Amino acid sequence: MPPTQMPLTSNETASNGSASNATSSGASAIEFDRVSFSLNGHPLLENLSLAVNHGETLVLLGRSGSGKTTTLKLVNGLLMPVEGEVRISGRSTANWDPIRLRRSIGYVIQDGGLFPHFTVERNIGLVPRIEGWDRPRIDARVRALLALVGLNSELASRYPSELSGGQRQRVGVARALAADPPILILDEAFSALDPITRSEMQKEFRALQQRMRKAVVFVTHDLREALLLADRIVLMESGRKVVNLPAEEFSRSEHPLVRAYREAFSAPIEMPTEKRESQ
Amino acid sequence: MNFLHFMSANRQQVIELTLEHIQLAGIATLIAAFVGIPLGILITRIPSLSKLIIGGANVIQTIPSLALFGFLIPAPWIGERASRLAILALALYCLLPLIRNTYAGIRGVDPAVVEAGRAMGLTDRQLLFQVELPLASGVIVAGIRLAVVLSIGLATIAAAIGAGGLGEFIFRGLAMVSNQVILAGAIPAALLALAADFLLGLLERRLNSFWLKA
Repeated sequence: MPPTQMPLTSNETASNGSASNATSSGASAIEFDRVSFSLNGHPLLENLSLAVNHGETLVLLGRSGSGKTTTLKLVNGLLMPVEGEVRISGRSTANWDPIRLRRSIGYVIQDGGLFPHFTVERNIGLVPRIEGWDRPRIDARVRALLALVGLNSELASRYPSELSGGQRQRVGVARALAADPPILILDEAFSALDPITRSEMQKEFRALQQRMRKAVVFVTHDLREALLLADRIVLMESGRKVVNLPAEEFSRSEHPLVRAYREAFSAPIEMPTEKRESQ
Repeated sequence: MNFLHFMSANRQQVIELTLEHIQLAGIATLIAAFVGIPLGILITRIPSLSKLIIGGANVIQTIPSLALFGFLIPAPWIGERASRLAILALALYCLLPLIRNTYAGIRGVDPAVVEAGRAMGLTDRQLLFQVELPLASGVIVAGIRLAVVLSIGLATIAAAIGAGGLGEFIFRGLAMVSNQVILAGAIPAALLALAADFLLGLLERRLNSFWLKA
């Protein structure tokens, strides 16, 4: 595939530095313009419009099968819209070279999705390596990223199978950040972790995002996670957007589905009464 | 003890025929690997071809080996020398395990890992060489192992068309109704197959435990 000239590659935005520079160009980092997607005649996503700016974290909240993952795959061009247009940095994904597009978007999936045959170091350094960085620069970047996600540099030579779930997830985040992409998308990134590690990761990720100011799309089915991380929350159901609200407003919204979600998550943690009585 | 006596009396020829045997089976497996592994990769990329190609390799395997040697005799250049003929026939037989295992090995790589690679912006080629082939290597080596054992066994029949190898002793023994001569061909051939199987088995286990630690 011949390398195409792009006005805005990940490296350029990275060297541009601050988020305000990128937003001043006028275009949102990610825009969905009346996007529909269907597979074998089954509609998976209908008429979705949304925008994510640099420095903003958008959480896609919804049940399994509500279209959250489909939405993410439309962002990095793993899927192409059947109708409408997805624009990344102002340019339709149909007009991007898919390889360049994906290298400018960090992707984190559940359990890290690490390559089992690569060491931590090689996993994290993969995109810089295929982007042709020289060895000292990659090594420095890997060390910096390990520190950034709170991992000891001794782990660099380990294989993913030799790490705990939390460590693997941290490596997954580090790998996604390796080439300093302007956009980060995370698919149920912390869902496979135990509750304590998960809560740690959520707080660390929030702190990280406050420093990095990337355009982030975070998919989850956990309302608490959504409220903690989001600037805006999009609630999805059966391939449709139900609401798109700033996080504070979401927590007060009287929309029936939003209330149903809040009620499902608001119960205090105690033994269910039926079970207590039977004992 | 007659057999050992025969072996030591003819050790020069035993060594010669063993080397010839290794050469026949080795070259045939190499050729088959250079054709079969790329074909296996091809059908993971173009799945509509998989039925045709695996089916074709299957059909070749069902042709009795002697008949296959016979069919190839009219082929130009190949038919001129018995050893060329034998190598081609053996290579054809070895295609099936190589194609099938390459295909199955690549298809068996965790789809989440492949998708992560694609999402990170790996090109098709990078995905193949850096992710899919390394992770499928254990299964592919298992296919090579099968192919090597198969071709060492079948190469004994190559002597029937004068291609040499340990089959010489076997056919000579049959003609002489002499068990010791038959054994002088059969035992080294069996030992060769066992040794190849063992060594490649070690490699296969190493690759599997290395890549699939998770």
